Amino acid sequence: MSGYQKPIPQIDEESKPFWEACKRHELYMQKCRDCGTLRYYPRALCGNCLSSDTEWVKCSGRGEIYTFTVTYQNRGAGFRDELPYVLAYIELEEGVRMMSNVVECEPEKVSIGMPVEVVFEDINDEIALPRFKPLPE
Amino acid sequence: MNLYKKAAIAGVYEHPTRWAPDKSAFQIHAESARGALEDAGLKISDVDGYFTSGVSGMAPILMAEHLNINPKFLDSTSIGGSSFDAHVHHACAAVAAGLCEVALITYGSTASSRGMSIGTGLRLGSEPPEQFESPYGPTTVGAYAMVAHRHMHQYGTTSEQLAEIAVTMRRHASANPQAKYRDTITVEDVLESRIISAPLHLLDCCIISDGGGAVVLTTPERAKDLKKPPVWVLGAGESCVHTGMGAQDITDIAARRSGETAFAQAGIAHSDIDMCMIYDSFTITVLTTLENLGFCEKGEGGEFVLNGRIGLGGELPINPEGGGLSNNHPGMRGIFLVIEATKQLRGECGNRQVEETRLALVHGTGGWLGVRHSGVTLILGSE
Ligand SMILES: [Zn+2]
Repeated sequence: MSGYQKPIPQIDEESKPFWEACKRHELYMQKCRDCGTLRYYPRALCGNCLSSDTEWVKCSGRGEIYTFTVTYQNRGAGFRDELPYVLAYIELEEGVRMMSNVVECEPEKVSIGMPVEVVFEDINDEIALPRFKPLPE
Repeated sequence: MNLYKKAAIAGVYEHPTRWAPDKSAFQIHAESARGALEDAGLKISDVDGYFTSGVSGMAPILMAEHLNINPKFLDSTSIGGSSFDAHVHHACAAVAAGLCEVALITYGSTASSRGMSIGTGLRLGSEPPEQFESPYGPTTVGAYAMVAHRHMHQYGTTSEQLAEIAVTMRRHASANPQAKYRDTITVEDVLESRIISAPLHLLDCCIISDGGGAVVLTTPERAKDLKKPPVWVLGAGESCVHTGMGAQDITDIAARRSGETAFAQAGIAHSDIDMCMIYDSFTITVLTTLENLGFCEKGEGGEFVLNGRIGLGGELPINPEGGGLSNNHPGMRGIFLVIEATKQLRGECGNRQVEETRLALVHGTGGWLGVRHSGVTLILGSE
């Protein structure tokens, strides 16, 4: 794992349960107990009603590609060695969209609407990064 | 309070430099301030309101020191490239409320000679939204590219249609002796340029230059007695769009709400607008801005930009000086939109003058379409 050069998420109070679940290779979203709204990215207060009464809901880990780009230029450490890579928004079955990468697939084969499922990349002892790969047909 | 004709643009200046390795950004700010004050026929000691962004730290006090001014109203609104359009909006409000009488807005940058990679550098960040983005390698171009891709998917927009925007901007720049890139290009040139972040090619992206500019606003009374005819602010609107809680349609941009506000204040229709200055960070920015401002329906932008409509001599000329795609782009381009619109409304633009320009629309986009961004719309008029 040493030599990992990309930015590493900084765990804080709001994001801790999310990253702890990822470490177990599970994807969890927040749901407001007062108004029922689902939200991503994780934060303490519901953006709909400001309630902090929050339930963590386990996601299926499946979704589809809402949009994507194949990145051919990024001078950033860690990324410049992996060009081209796919940056995407994934629309989860639960209805929220999250930014991620599409992996285990040739960039030319990626398309909008393609069904995908989460895979986790253990980048250090604390963080496993949720990314997505095409669902087997 | 409606801002209709509550303040006027009295002076503007576009710094001629596109490459200034020996200058600091501060020097470009100061030279631009002098240019705009001279244009207005005002003195630096007249300035009692100051607006700036882009230099690091506490921009307005650092720059106030460099200019040796002691304004009684300061604003460092920093919402990306549209910041300086927001400064015009805020300066109008301050002048209208009597909080200041002569508002100076300055911008300066040496992005090109310092080798800044504006679009493809790594953005580090551990703030709440960024810890869920930066690990995946988003770039500025990549964010806009994801909007372009979704637009193509939803509406059938093509790379050829986007390329037409870049070709038009370059045609405009070819007639502007100060523009950084002046050799005309074709749709094929755009499509054959290398892909930076699919589906956007190199020539779909704004250029990087050095540069700067300044704008002076003042009260209606004072503006009537100055060197140049006043250019009136008739309407202004501001907005931001972000990922919400994870459900945004990334083809809906901030221009929709800022445009509605500005048009309502000005009390005019889209068909009254003679020309537009639209922040062209990327070709897709222009297309989605036109749609969201309401010049065409969503999904019709690809057709709208064809057949010379947005070129000089067309129905709705956009960026007659060549835009950020060809003329200049020192990182934050919002001020140049106001400067060119003002010169057009005064009829000072020579071979690139849009005939009989009485109403101009300015729209600045700041930040990242597709992730989080700001939009500022200004409607300016000569009468
Ligand atoms: Zn709630």
